[in-house]
Amino acid sequence: MEELPDTVIATQALTKRYRGGQLAVDGLDLTVPAGSVFGFLGPNGSGKTTTIRMLMGLIEPTAGSARVLGQPMPRSARAVLPHVGALIEGPALYGFLSGRDNLLRYDAADPTADPRTRRTRVAAALDRVGLTAAAGKKAKAYSLGMKQRLGLAAALLQPRRLLVLDEPTNGLDPQGMREIRSLIRELASDGTTVFLSSHLLDEIEQVCTHAAVMAQGRLITQGVVAELAAGVRGRLVVTTPDAGEAARVLKEQGAGDVVVIDDRVTAEPPDRDLADVNAALVKAGVRVRGFGVERASLEDAFVALTGEGFDVAG
Amino acid sequence: MSQDEAVLPGGAIEGARKAGGKVNPLWTFGLLRSELLTTFRRWRTLALLAVLAAVPILVGIAVKIETGDGGSMGGGGPQGGGPAFISQITNNGLFLVFTALAATLPFFLPMAIGVIAGDAIAGEANAGTLRYLLVAPAGRSRLLLTKYATTMAFCLVATLVVAISALTVGALLFPLGELTTISGTRISFAEGLGRALLIALVVAASLIGVAALGLFVSTLTNSGIAAMATTVGLLITVQILDQIPQLHALQPYFFSHYWLSFADLMREPVYWDDLVKNLGIQGLYAAVFGSAAWARFTTRDITA
Repeated sequence: MEELPDTVIATQALTKRYRGGQLAVDGLDLTVPAGSVFGFLGPNGSGKTTTIRMLMGLIEPTAGSARVLGQPMPRSARAVLPHVGALIEGPALYGFLSGRDNLLRYDAADPTADPRTRRTRVAAALDRVGLTAAAGKKAKAYSLGMKQRLGLAAALLQPRRLLVLDEPTNGLDPQGMREIRSLIRELASDGTTVFLSSHLLDEIEQVCTHAAVMAQGRLITQGVVAELAAGVRGRLVVTTPDAGEAARVLKEQGAGDVVVIDDRVTAEPPDRDLADVNAALVKAGVRVRGFGVERASLEDAFVALTGEGFDVAG
Repeated sequence: MSQDEAVLPGGAIEGARKAGGKVNPLWTFGLLRSELLTTFRRWRTLALLAVLAAVPILVGIAVKIETGDGGSMGGGGPQGGGPAFISQITNNGLFLVFTALAATLPFFLPMAIGVIAGDAIAGEANAGTLRYLLVAPAGRSRLLLTKYATTMAFCLVATLVVAISALTVGALLFPLGELTTISGTRISFAEGLGRALLIALVVAASLIGVAALGLFVSTLTNSGIAAMATTVGLLITVQILDQIPQLHALQPYFFSHYWLSFADLMREPVYWDDLVKNLGIQGLYAAVFGSAAWARFTTRDITA
């Protein structure tokens, strides 16, 4: 095998062109290291779900190859998928079955799942997502958040080596989001690799160790989250009651893109010692309350990479 | 599976699998069991069976009322071309079984099969549950076979529901006893009962073709309703075409052409020609549309 043994997902020039001619995924080279929580980021319509479907063997790639857990997909689907738990494009349930019966059915679909432990495993999965009390209720009576939890429970029916979670906190309230995020961290600390797609940048920033950014079917960047954000320069922030004067001084000192909002002046930091900039402000009689550089967020990184706002659909 | 294997790095599935406990080949039938349970617990399935069970009750009551006035029933099945069993019901309740099967086979039974078969794959795609079954991983061929086996089970259950309902109503409303075959010979009630069971099995087998056709249609679309409507539409079309004399060269290849041959089981000796042709046609449809469904389903992109 030519690839590194500690790579859980590896794609080479993975491409999908739909029958209409639309290029959904274009030459994707994705590498997901084992044990990482990998954030897969991109606006709606950027090809995230198509990529996930190709990785799960639901869609045949037009060109290129994908390996999951070291095996080619979709050819080795039956060997690979029992080790993979997936939540793809939101949960799908049998409304006329109870939550528990839904899980029993999904578990029965896996020929490697032991029927003798089925009920125990289903109960454990329900407990893990906090649905034990509602397990006997028909799934059509579930709220969106409960459905999302049940979908997550289906991914946790067996110990998995890889979890593929497509927008797992969709439809959850803030409390539910926190619970799911801490569940993801817990699973990751057990050694499960988590592949998490999201359009929520702060979510990726909170839980992920690695991230890849997609836009319009292409991979823009991938790497360690801290490094992605570090590649972008932070912004100089000055808090002062004399905002107008401060803005003038900052421009004078060579700062670009100066923005004044109430008593906050932000700017691209100039290429000189910031202590001199501060001294210049004070010398000009600006009463400085706060002075510092704000660390760049992943959103800044995204905007810097794509040159556009995040919510633009491809 | 233990927690240790969950942290194994990639590329070692076979090793993990060997260490993680044996996979029993019988576990693969868990899906079939789940499918049967799911299908027969659906409100819709139960409603279809209830409609089928009601047909013999209505026929039985109609015959009872008609003959209660002193008049005698005319010949001819209620669907027109059916065998003339109906006139015998007043003499022997067992004939209600044959009448009810003759009445439901042209439309009610295949329509019910069309609904179940048409919904089999398309309904799962529509609900989005198909993608979760496939990543479980159910395996495409295994899922398709399971769906087909379940549709067949429904054919049998549906036919037996009609037969048992008819037998019950027949026993309650009319006398039972020795009966006369179409050829005029007398057979005992026990043998008559045996023939009735055999006929029910042949009727169930007559539905294999529609089931395969419906399953194929079901793999073509992501809409359960569209698949059901198409299958039932095809059924009606074929039934109509089977009545047009100019098409008689094609008619032996229609899945419904030899359906009513089951009446030949009531001859003495049994006239096998058409019965065998019927089963042959059903086998042909199962092979052709089964392969087509497999070819389509195993290569298709699952985007729903």
